[in-house]
Amino acid sequence: MSDEMLEVGVNVPDDMSPPPSRTFQSSAEKWLAFAAPYLFGLFFLGGWEAIVRIEQIPVYLLPGPLLILHTLITDFAILLPNLIVTLRTTLLAFLAAAFGGLLLGLLFTFSRWVERTLFPYAVILQVTPIVAIAPLIIIWVNNTQIALLICAWIVAFFPIVSNTAVGLNSTDRNLIDLYRLYGASKVQTLFLLKLPSALPYYLAGLRISGGLALIGAVVAEFVAGTGGTQSGLAYRILESGYRLEIPRMFAALLLISLTGITIFVCLSLLSNFLLRNWHESAAGE
Amino acid sequence: MTQTVMELTPSRVATESAVYRPLISLKSVGKVFRNGTEALRRISLDIPSHPQFVSLLGPSGCGKSTLLRIISGLDTCSSGSVEWPTSMHDVQARPLEQVGFVFQEPTLQPWSTVFDNVYLPMRLKGQRRKDAHDRVMEVLKLVHLDGFANNYPRQLSGGMKMRVSVARALVMKPKLLLMDEPFAALDEITRLQLNNDLLELWQAQGLTVIFVTHSIYESVYLSDRIVVIGARPGRIVADIPIDAPYPRSEEFRTSSVYNEHCRHVSAQLKAAMGRPGESSP
Ligand SMILES: Nc1ncnc2c1ncn2[C@@H]1O[C@H](COP(=O)(O)OP(=O)(O)OP(=O)(O)O)[C@@H](O)[C@H]1O
Ligand SMILES: [Mg+2]
Repeated sequence: MSDEMLEVGVNVPDDMSPPPSRTFQSSAEKWLAFAAPYLFGLFFLGGWEAIVRIEQIPVYLLPGPLLILHTLITDFAILLPNLIVTLRTTLLAFLAAAFGGLLLGLLFTFSRWVERTLFPYAVILQVTPIVAIAPLIIIWVNNTQIALLICAWIVAFFPIVSNTAVGLNSTDRNLIDLYRLYGASKVQTLFLLKLPSALPYYLAGLRISGGLALIGAVVAEFVAGTGGTQSGLAYRILESGYRLEIPRMFAALLLISLTGITIFVCLSLLSNFLLRNWHESAAGE
Repeated sequence: MTQTVMELTPSRVATESAVYRPLISLKSVGKVFRNGTEALRRISLDIPSHPQFVSLLGPSGCGKSTLLRIISGLDTCSSGSVEWPTSMHDVQARPLEQVGFVFQEPTLQPWSTVFDNVYLPMRLKGQRRKDAHDRVMEVLKLVHLDGFANNYPRQLSGGMKMRVSVARALVMKPKLLLMDEPFAALDEITRLQLNNDLLELWQAQGLTVIFVTHSIYESVYLSDRIVVIGARPGRIVADIPIDAPYPRSEEFRTSSVYNEHCRHVSAQLKAAMGRPGESSP
């Protein structure tokens, strides 16, 4: 009587552990792994500053990083109103995308017909470059601020819709069966099971969209090119370019990057906080 | 679509009360999936109403899970009928909460604590958390997890997660516990431990357990009855009583009676696998 005969079709993998990943072993190596990106950044900026000084490159061609930082500080009063305008467009578009995307994603999972009807158009909006649609929207919509908002929203909302739809559809089949077994209502299944299951996907969508909303807002600002009190950072970049105030142009660029980084970090923190108890990507550490 | 509810009309009670009335009666149940796969053919099986530990044993793909889903009401049969003569189904032939189900994976909500996972069935029935507290803690104690009520699933080992899953199935005080290869993914040591705990639970709770497995050793150790199912299409090839007394312990595992039963069940299974259904190619 052999073992194979008794354990009919049992199929235990030899090795249940995950495949070995490239991990950093010693503490020195760990430290280096942590410091490497910063060291590279320092090296890059140092090289930049050195080349600018040694070659005596004129500031209207390429200002050094120290000068850019200095300009950012001295011109901050000029740049701040632009930053606020861009930030406002970005955040409003992002919020609209976060809610609209969630609602549309929900609608998709409730009705296959709605999904079949609308999804192609969501894809078309997504794949058409925003620079190409922005002029039309700016012409059609009288209020430039609202036109900018619409542009940023178009760019930001697709990842949220598709992630929400995927998340809602990826609920554990067995858990759905369990809910059925206990006669759960549709509302219970949605709020207690489907929405929580979709949360990690939704948050991943938010993280992508946060950056995209900023990109959409800046691109639309470039296209609109409006001056006056209601102009954003992109307008400041254009204007500084015309006036050959290149350090200020770089300072505005730096502000846009910093804004993008801040948005990403905030959304990552939010995601880690909400998923702290259960999701593998947020677990540990 | 043939799950029926037998009305407890006075005449029926009068005529049948003296007769043996099973908890579930499968009458010539067949299942053909929409893609044409015939998963089950003419399964007739009575599960008695007195506590019994029944194992469904058979090779992979023979339709054990399908049969369990049909018994639970999660799936319907394409021919034959599932009857609950003691009427545990409501009028829509939906199983009432006296059925507990344990899946092959723990199937816990990762965003809920152990307490909330076990509380879930009661919550779905509209019971308040406060009122459910004592019952949830009681079943957690039964599965030796009372110290882990506030932990999250990812903080538990595979064996502990399975215990939570068992506790959740028990929380509504089911009369029937359906288990679909619940311990197949666990290591040998954990599996033996959980086998013993399950037997203890089964005896203390007065449950009927239908336990799907493809381990002969496990089924002989646990069951007082083994239903052997052959493959393609799934059909009953043997119904073997294991008449060893409970409680069973580690000594039973090494006894000659145990080995004798294993040999017998194994022979039945082998015969079944060498004798495929008439329709198979
Ligand atoms: N939803 C489905 N649609 C079509 N065929 C199915 C479906 N579910 C199961 N089957 C088929 O029915 C047969 C029985 O499947 P089932 O899952 O019940 O087997 P099982 O005995 O539980 O196997 P295992 O031991 O591997 O879990 C298999 O051939 C399977 O491919
Ligand atoms: Mg199965």
